[in-house]
Amino acid sequence: MENKKRTKTKYFCLSVLGLFLFFGIWELSVRLGWVSDRVLSPPSTVVETFIFKLSNVNPDGSTLPQHFLQSLRLALSSFAVAVVIGVPLGWIMGYYKWASWLLNPLFEIIRPIPPIAWIPIIILTMGIGMSAKMFIIFVAAFVPCVINSYLGIRLTDQVRINVAKTFGASDWEIFTTVCIPSSMNMVFTGVRLSLNASWTTLCAAEMLAATRGLGYMIQLGRTLIRPDIIIVGMFTIGFTGALLNKVLGMFEKKVAPWRYRE
Amino acid sequence: MAVLKNKISLKNVSKTYYLKDRTVEVLKDITLDVKENEFLVLLGPGQCGKTVLLNIIADLEKATSGEIIFADGRPKMGDLGMVFQKYALFPWKTVMGNVEMNQKLKGVDKATRQAKAQEYINLVGLQGFEKAIPKQLSGGMKQRVGIARAYASESDIMLMDEPFGALDAQTRYSMEDEIIKIWEKNKRTIVFVTNNVEEALYLGDRIMLLASRPSYVKKEYIVDLPRPRSYTDKAFLEMRNEIVANTDLDI
Repeated sequence: MENKKRTKTKYFCLSVLGLFLFFGIWELSVRLGWVSDRVLSPPSTVVETFIFKLSNVNPDGSTLPQHFLQSLRLALSSFAVAVVIGVPLGWIMGYYKWASWLLNPLFEIIRPIPPIAWIPIIILTMGIGMSAKMFIIFVAAFVPCVINSYLGIRLTDQVRINVAKTFGASDWEIFTTVCIPSSMNMVFTGVRLSLNASWTTLCAAEMLAATRGLGYMIQLGRTLIRPDIIIVGMFTIGFTGALLNKVLGMFEKKVAPWRYRE
Repeated sequence: MAVLKNKISLKNVSKTYYLKDRTVEVLKDITLDVKENEFLVLLGPGQCGKTVLLNIIADLEKATSGEIIFADGRPKMGDLGMVFQKYALFPWKTVMGNVEMNQKLKGVDKATRQAKAQEYINLVGLQGFEKAIPKQLSGGMKQRVGIARAYASESDIMLMDEPFGALDAQTRYSMEDEIIKIWEKNKRTIVFVTNNVEEALYLGDRIMLLASRPSYVKKEYIVDLPRPRSYTDKAFLEMRNEIVANTDLDI
């Protein structure tokens, strides 16, 4: 027990060391003039800018929390739509042969198109409003939801289906009481990938004329040659992404406790 | 032994799989009777099609030819208890949830089905574990849940497909005792599949020795030894040697 605790502390120290080295070398490389501070700000400046941006609208018109909330709303609402449509669609495609034959070929063609490639056609058809941005993120988030729920159903253990059959379960009951719960492992993987995709596609979506949002702030930082603002935006995205992942993991543990050992 | 009535009769049951490049004959003219409330063991080498035969009796697969006659008419799907090889519990359900599922699917109300399920949970000695999920149970306990779940179908026929195959030796012995105890307390017709000669002799009233693929009934053994049996009993060992000499090698 004591030993386990010590190992844990050791690994924690290693993680801290990794971060410390990364930021240390970065700070030094700017301080020592290896990299010009016009193109890269040192972490200390980034922290200053972060604190400044918490409550100040300069130079991009909104405070960091305003940008952040705008982006979060955009990403999460698109993500939610993708999950609500994508997961059931994947389930149906996985369980019903006709649905798979009907939709799979189309899906296979759409799947490899990167979300960014959608932008021009979306601007032409939907303009540059909120719904256009949502659609780009939706496309990115939708694909992993469908694929993983589809596979989750397909990978259902035949013996479990047989158990349900010997219980006299109907086709629909087998789908709802055996296949869907069995697929949850894969569904959660899909949802996790989908959340990542929606958060990482955010910047691309906010390249469409936006007046607020983290992607917009980053873009403006480039125009104004303010690497500190760009980096603040990047790290906000990074931290939030990691945090969202954690939250989703906790949610998963609540909803599907059978996946975890005691 | 008193003359017992036939519960299930298999007549010339054959099963052939037609694959793309070949045909595989798994079962060939299997004819046997299962008597009411007896403990019948189907013993055969691995891969000989024992599971297929059981699945055909349970109507999970169709025979290529032959017929199966149930004395009381073919039970509806859901009216046949089956215990599976690898437990096949639903990991997202509690012990209670697993055991009551059959009755739940039949639309029995919650109070009635849970009271019934509780009886069977007690029967297999798992009282106190109703709220546990399968992951928290040992292998032996999991298969107890599997047995309780099959009993909860209220069927008078139990099909058991190598239920103890995945257990370690010690647990296996104790589960063999357990299944006999359960069966003596609550008599039903049991068809028990195994590839283990000792297990077959320890449990069965009768043993049907199956040949390797294509599988047919090679010999019938009536085990007239008193229970509880002993693995080291002389008559037991003699019978064991006779069966072993007669068993096809599993290659």
